[in-house]
Order: sequence, then C-alpha cells, then structure tokens
Amino acid sequence: MNNLTTYILDALQAPHSAVLIQDWIAEARTSNPDLAKSATADATEVVAAFGASLQAGADAGSFRDPRWLPLQQVLSALSRSRAAQGQTAGDTSVFVLALKKPLLDGLQTWAAGGDSAQLMAAFWGLTKLVDSMAQFTATTFQHAREEIINRQQEELLELSTPVVKLWDGVLAVPMIGTLDSNRTQIVMETLLQKIVETGSELAIIDITGVPTVDTLVAQHLLKTVTAIRLMGADCIISGIRPQIAQTIVHLGIDLQGITTKASLADALSLALQRTGWRVTRQA
Amino acid sequence: MGATLLVTIQVDMLDQTALALQDDLAERIAKTGASGVMIDISALEIVDSFVGRMLASISGIARILSATTVVVGMQPAVAITLVELGLSLEGVKTALNVERGLEVLRRAREESGLVG
Repeated sequence: MNNLTTYILDALQAPHSAVLIQDWIAEARTSNPDLAKSATADATEVVAAFGASLQAGADAGSFRDPRWLPLQQVLSALSRSRAAQGQTAGDTSVFVLALKKPLLDGLQTWAAGGDSAQLMAAFWGLTKLVDSMAQFTATTFQHAREEIINRQQEELLELSTPVVKLWDGVLAVPMIGTLDSNRTQIVMETLLQKIVETGSELAIIDITGVPTVDTLVAQHLLKTVTAIRLMGADCIISGIRPQIAQTIVHLGIDLQGITTKASLADALSLALQRTGWRVTRQA
Repeated sequence: MGATLLVTIQVDMLDQTALALQDDLAERIAKTGASGVMIDISALEIVDSFVGRMLASISGIARILSATTVVVGMQPAVAITLVELGLSLEGVKTALNVERGLEVLRRAREESGLVG
C-alpha cells in the first residue's frame, strides 16, 4: 500500500496533475458529452483535496479513515451542487469513476518492469479507492435530493392550507388536493387557532379542490367539524361537486347535520345571513 | 331567580376536585335558583376523558335543576384532544368566549319562558 500511496501522490502533484485532470475530463466526456463547464474546476478541487488527504496520512486502503475528511467534503459539495442543478446520481458518480482511467494508465507506466503481483495489488487498491469515492458521492447525492424533496413537501403542505377571513366572523379554508390525516391535522390546528384569535363563529371549508371523498376523507372532515363545534363555532362545507354528492349518498356517509352547499358563494350567503347581515343592491 | 353562575377552571383538576365541584355546583344552583351556568375553561390546556365526562355530567345535573350550562373558552388543543378521544360532549352548549356565552344563556332563558 505504501507503493500505491507513493504513486498516487506523485500523480496528483504538479506537473503531473495538470495532465491527470485533462485526461480525467477527456475520459468523463466520452460517457457524458454534455459535461458541465464547471467540471474542470471541480476536478481540480478534487485532485487538490485528494493529494492533501494523502499527505496528511490518509489510509489508501480504507476510505473510512477520518483523514479522508477534506476529500469527502469536496465530494459532498460536488454532489450537492450537481443535485441542485438537477443532474442524476448516475452522471455524478460516472464523473468520479472516470478518474480511474488516467490513474490506472499512469500506474502501468510507473510500475513497468516491476513485480506483477505487486502491480495487481496496486491496481486493485486504486480501483477500490476510486470506487469508494464514487459511492460516497452517490450516497451524498441521494441525501441531498431527499433533503430537497422533504423541504418542498413541507412548503407544499404549508401553502396548501391557508385560512382566510371572508367576512367579520367568517373564516374560509379552500382545500386543494387529497385530504389525508396529516393535512387534516394541520387544517384543524390552523383553523381552530384562527377561530380563537379572530373570534369567528363560522368557518367555511371549501372542498372544490379535493378530487375524491371516500369514507376516510369524510371521517377527517367530520373530525374537524366536531372540533369546531366543540369550541362553540360552526362549520359549513362548500364546493361539493355532483359526483361527490353521489359518492356520499352511495357510501351511506352520515354528515351529522353539517350544512353543505354546492358553491362557496352559497356558503358565504348563508354565513352572512346567520351572522345577521343583509346584502342589498344599490339601484 | 334567573341568575347566572360563573365557574372558572384554572388548574388542571384532580378527580376529587372535579367531584367536589359537581356537588358544590348542584347545591348552588338549587340554592340561588340560577337559570344559567357558565364554565370558563380558557385556562385549561390539557384535558382527559375524565374532564370531558365531568363537563357532560355537570351539564346534565344542571338541566335537571332547570339551568342551562354553557362551556366557554375551549382551547384548540383541548378541542382536538376531545375529538380524538371520541367525546363530542352531547348536550353541552359551547361558546367561543364569555360574551357569546352570556348570549347563549340569554336566548335559552327566553326560550324556556322563565319570568324575570
């Protein structure tokens, strides 16, 4: 392994490093003709960190050695930026794997005339090392994408359950998308909190944007309405599409005396009535 | 006659306290001839099924003694817990705050046709 380390260190330093990087980019381009323009800068950073870690005594036989941290950090950064650019995990790990060819070519020249068993050992060691690097990059890529997805999910959840004030004492929640227990919980908490804050007596839940209503969805809606009534306010459900009305009847769902209206306009009209308002048109 | 009793629950209640409250309240309703009982639970942040049942029984006892009960100031977390526990507090009127609660009691008194 000492030999291997010596060889790699040699290959990673100037003036050899310039050629190494060139060959690396060339090899990467054969599998990915649309290689990012930043690739050369990325490659230079990786080579620098690679050399630095080895100089600090990192074990070329195990990528888990903590002294590989500088290189790992550079690979993580590379991974994250590629993930944010929308590239696939495959593209990124193929890029890292492309480093193998120039390094192995150089190894052959460097070890020429030497022991073939030693050459095999060095060959294997180098392959394993670069594979670990590519693997590390792929794993980090995965984590980065998952983080992005999770964050987007949270934002989506927040955006899709706004509680708006329709009138004095009347709140409305336009629901868009499927209603699962997660969203029901959020809607309940947000709506109830707003009811207390504004002292509104009526809440209108509009389900125009809810594609299907089955017994589970109905249960969630009923839970929300019960909670609202417990607190001393009342609820109207609006935006019931004809198909949904049919489904509710067919499934035998009992709406327990909740007022339902086909449109938000009707619900608002009823709400205004109940809270003592009368709307007149000026001639 | 026709007075309203106001009960404010400020601490999380122990079972014995709740039972004592029921006794006390029944006595008071009978003694003062109150027609309305308002239970303010705005300071209550946690409830369990016991408290839920207690509110329902106070309401029942009051009704028999010909008084209306209204629970006011329920916090969102409490409402959610009661729903999750499956307690819908049948027969217990609720209102958002004391003001609205008094409104409810006033209407109930009018409907029952009590004089005064």
